[in-house]
Amino acid sequence: MLSGALLAADSAPNPWFDFSWVGDNWSTIMPLVGQHVRLTVISVLIGAVIAFPLALLARRAKGLAAAVLGLSTFVYTIPSLAMFAFIAPFTGLSETTVAIGLVLYSLVVLVRNFLAGLQAVPEEVREAARGMGYGAGRMLLRVELPLALPAIMTGLRIATVSTVALVTVGVIVGQGGLGQVIIVNGFGANYYRPPIVFGTLGCVLLALVADQVLAVVERVLTPWTRQGAAT
Amino acid sequence: MSAFSAAFVYLNDPYNWTSARGIFFLAGQHLRIAGLAMLLALLVALPLAVWLGHARRGGGFLLALSNVSRAVPTLAILTIFAVTPIGFSIWAPVIALAVFAVPPVLANTYVGFREVDQDLVEAARAMGMSERQIVVRAELPLALPLVVTGIRTAAVQVAATATLASLLGNPTLGTIIRAGFGQQDYGVVVAGALLVAALALVTDVVVGTVGWAVAPGQKRVPFARVRTRRAEAAGVASAR
Repeated sequence: MLSGALLAADSAPNPWFDFSWVGDNWSTIMPLVGQHVRLTVISVLIGAVIAFPLALLARRAKGLAAAVLGLSTFVYTIPSLAMFAFIAPFTGLSETTVAIGLVLYSLVVLVRNFLAGLQAVPEEVREAARGMGYGAGRMLLRVELPLALPAIMTGLRIATVSTVALVTVGVIVGQGGLGQVIIVNGFGANYYRPPIVFGTLGCVLLALVADQVLAVVERVLTPWTRQGAAT
Repeated sequence: MSAFSAAFVYLNDPYNWTSARGIFFLAGQHLRIAGLAMLLALLVALPLAVWLGHARRGGGFLLALSNVSRAVPTLAILTIFAVTPIGFSIWAPVIALAVFAVPPVLANTYVGFREVDQDLVEAARAMGMSERQIVVRAELPLALPLVVTGIRTAAVQVAATATLASLLGNPTLGTIIRAGFGQQDYGVVVAGALLVAALALVTDVVVGTVGWAVAPGQKRVPFARVRTRRAEAAGVASAR
């Protein structure tokens, strides 16, 4: 069976690059690209929304911080395919299955970076803010968050880039974005190479674009970091 | 019957373990692919990282490499190697997984050797050690904890991603998950997931313990130590 498959792959034209394939299959590809972007954005956003209070809590108590970090290491050790397989019995072959798994993974990265950012705020700065009459809420918003922002943004960038790559594994429940293009349109369609190369390059491009967008957001949000380095 | 109790029924049936394409066979294939991939990655990454770290150059290149490798989906690289002429042999997944095991080993080993106190290296040189002796007898013992961290990260990752090779027709433990989805039998799906997760966790613990045992100096609680080092290494890798 395997040698027969090999022969079939070798006899039909099977170029690595074929841009006409992209044009011809535009209507199939675009919804999958959309799904890829949607899953990435939703997962990182929900991950961030959950990670922030977790990081705040973990900062309060040392024991809690150790528990959160230990649990997140454990979660990160679970392979993505197994993760989706654990979730699928509850949510079926849906985008939700993939999104829940991706939220868990992004959570791991985000909690670590958020916590590191908050812990890196110098105690003197906190002391000074307290002396100026800042309450806990205002201090967090006006003093600690801006100082932790570079670490927070780094976490968001790492989480986004790894999530873009991980979405492809969603192909196991039929919701893999560009992973569908790679596996279903490429590998599953007599090992046809153009979709495989397109899906791969598409993932890398998406990751790079998302990373650059977040880098720009970081620059806009932290104008003070540029003043010294500008000249 | 819930998927989880069905999974335990599946795992309790000896036939599912010992049959021709059973769990033992699949686990063996899984470990063979993962082991060969790790061996290949170590053969490439360790000499290169030791050389770069000893010479203290190439840091920017390694940083870029580990950032780019995060953006490339493992599944994509596995698929690309599967449609080359070496596809359908065991070498396609082995090389693809090795590609992803190289960056963590490279980055951590490099940092380990680069961060060795230069005064110590000077002292070793002044004592008449050759460059080779400096690397093996002065730098290696000090760099070892980070080297082990890199190997551990890579090993866990390889053991985990070997699962994905099942999507491309290579029998691994992921094959059980895939078969479960194919039969719409969530019990089998969860059983496969449990096996895959257990293998990844066992790999983590085994490599961590071996690393703890070979590391020179004081021995403290193994996992607390490794975890902080790994966090440091992650911080190094993510600092832009």
